[in-house]
Amino acid sequence: MTPFTVLAGTAIPMAENNIDTDQLCPKQHLLRLEKTGFDRALFSDRRFDANGVERPDFILNRPPWRDGSILIAGDNFGCGSSREHAVWALVQWGIRSVIAPSFGDIFLQNSVNSGLLAIRLPKETVNALVHEAESEPGARWMIDLPAQGILPPRGERVPFEIDPTRKERLLLGLDEIALTLRHQREIDAFEARQRREAPWLWRATRF
Amino acid sequence: MPATSSERPRTLFDKIWDAHVVTRSGDACLLYVDKHILHEGSTPVAFSALRVSDRRVRHPETMMGVIDHTIPTRDRNLVPPSAQAKAMMEAFHRDTSEYGITIFDEADPRQGIVHVVGPEQGYSMPGSVIVCGDSHTSTNGAFGAFAFGIGTSEVEHVFATRTLWRHKPANMLVRVDGRLPDGVGAKDLALAVIGRVGVAGGTGHVIEFAGSTIWMLSMEARMTLCNMAIEAGARAGLIAPDEVTFEYLRGRPLAPAGLDWDLALAGWRTLPSDEGAAYDRVVEIDAYALRPMVTWGTTPQDSVALDGVVPDPVQEPDPARRSAMQRALEYMGLEAGMAVADIRVDHVFIGSCTNGRLEDLRAAASLIQGRHVADGVTAIVVPGSGLVKAHAEAEGLADIFREAGFEWRAPGCSLCLAMNGDVLQPGERCASTSNRNFEGRQGRDARTHLVSPATAAAAALTGRLAYPLADQDGAR
Repeated sequence: MTPFTVLAGTAIPMAENNIDTDQLCPKQHLLRLEKTGFDRALFSDRRFDANGVERPDFILNRPPWRDGSILIAGDNFGCGSSREHAVWALVQWGIRSVIAPSFGDIFLQNSVNSGLLAIRLPKETVNALVHEAESEPGARWMIDLPAQGILPPRGERVPFEIDPTRKERLLLGLDEIALTLRHQREIDAFEARQRREAPWLWRATRF
Repeated sequence: MPATSSERPRTLFDKIWDAHVVTRSGDACLLYVDKHILHEGSTPVAFSALRVSDRRVRHPETMMGVIDHTIPTRDRNLVPPSAQAKAMMEAFHRDTSEYGITIFDEADPRQGIVHVVGPEQGYSMPGSVIVCGDSHTSTNGAFGAFAFGIGTSEVEHVFATRTLWRHKPANMLVRVDGRLPDGVGAKDLALAVIGRVGVAGGTGHVIEFAGSTIWMLSMEARMTLCNMAIEAGARAGLIAPDEVTFEYLRGRPLAPAGLDWDLALAGWRTLPSDEGAAYDRVVEIDAYALRPMVTWGTTPQDSVALDGVVPDPVQEPDPARRSAMQRALEYMGLEAGMAVADIRVDHVFIGSCTNGRLEDLRAAASLIQGRHVADGVTAIVVPGSGLVKAHAEAEGLADIFREAGFEWRAPGCSLCLAMNGDVLQPGERCASTSNRNFEGRQGRDARTHLVSPATAAAAALTGRLAYPLADQDGAR
């Protein structure tokens, strides 16, 4: 996982609510067996027409946003299907951070596992950022994860909250499994107790 | 596992949570996962990553898997899967065999949709933590379990550690009281709940469904309700286990047996929420006021009663909501103010992890006996599992469907997410018993109306979104 420190780039305003993971990565791309090649999948049913030709009116196809790396969206971003492919599609297309008033729970969990910084801010703040992104197209934004702040091109610095563990994992690009396996002894102890107290949970499924 | 005693009254969810905390780090808990069920769609990358890092699967003998997302539902001897789907199924065979995980594959008579098969086999148990790389894992919460969907990275994490890091979600209580009117089922209740809570209203919460209406629901109806909890944005939905739960579980292949059954039961009886347990949010719903529901838009909260009209965005005060409604109406090809009963459909889909169980098929079949699918409508029934299919055939439901002009298919996810070759064409409109009416869900530019099995049956007979009990145009 690529570490996330300071991100500089263009912000894409897309103030729709409930942008679901079916839109972010339509089902036809879920048949891939690899974790790569998802850049074309992002919003593909909205980005391309039925013949695979770019729809010029869709924001991700329009300069300067087609080079954007920050997406500002509405409520409940990433709701729906658990497909982590939606995060891979965003990151591989070039979006490393999404700012929204709220996120789907599973998406939020998936984002940190695939190196995407999801920033939750009050709706009024997000609306102001959308406005700024619309009025200053192509201007350079900065997102400083260590200092937990967004620097829009003109407005004031916007601080954001993030869970310290998530922050550390994003900053270092840490493998969560390696971190968890440091608790191997506690897991072993939990299992030993459960096997004793609830052996039926351990029944083998081969039957 | 028996709940431990505590001074503070706890909810069902609190008890399950407390019993599964392995350790803590700050506010995050390392939560033990009892049950991990797999399907071919969300696992290949997890297995590859595991292989690359040379890690083993912890306790593979306690996991199980099915093939459901990509499998064709037409005659499998005649319709081969696409090359990509075939590769995905082969990868699943190879990976699960290498790591020693039991699967019900395309040749197994017990194969079916992951959230139908787990309960059917007795794999889903009260008080347990159940995960699967699929958001509708919430279905299993009907057993009084904490059951939730995870992404591929976390599938890998559970493989390697049997745990997940989580912040504890908040408790929400949805209390439903009273008798459901005739023609109103668990699906209508689920859509009504989502309409009330909103698609983001459950975010960060686990919803416990309780109240006299819920106690009266069968296990299959409870599964339909918990299945849709994710559509209200909730992390999970659950229902306290009771005699209905225990009767359903008793004697299933993987359920506890003998002395274990008695021990398990004693523990499960301590799971229901304590009197005075606190909820962060409470929503109350009167069952008797509910009507058969249908969605008109592109999120599951965009619902109205079947005898209602398509809402007018102009009446909506919130500008963001107003423009979303306008966009949804445009996508759906509908006019504000038109009667829902005037909406004509081209397709009817009965199936999915929401409504692909035996009771669902019975509810639909009871309306169509001796009648015929309307001209110009393609109607398919896709049983949730091979066992559901076999039961339905044995009790004559399959014949009723076939004689009425429905296609009777083999089990799988099928037209719920349309990645197995069952797909709608642009502009086609479907009355569907599935769970998501998102743009493009059933095919590019296809239009989905979420309904109950009874309403789907009525739609098939009339070619319209007809009231499932009303005496109109051929519907009973």
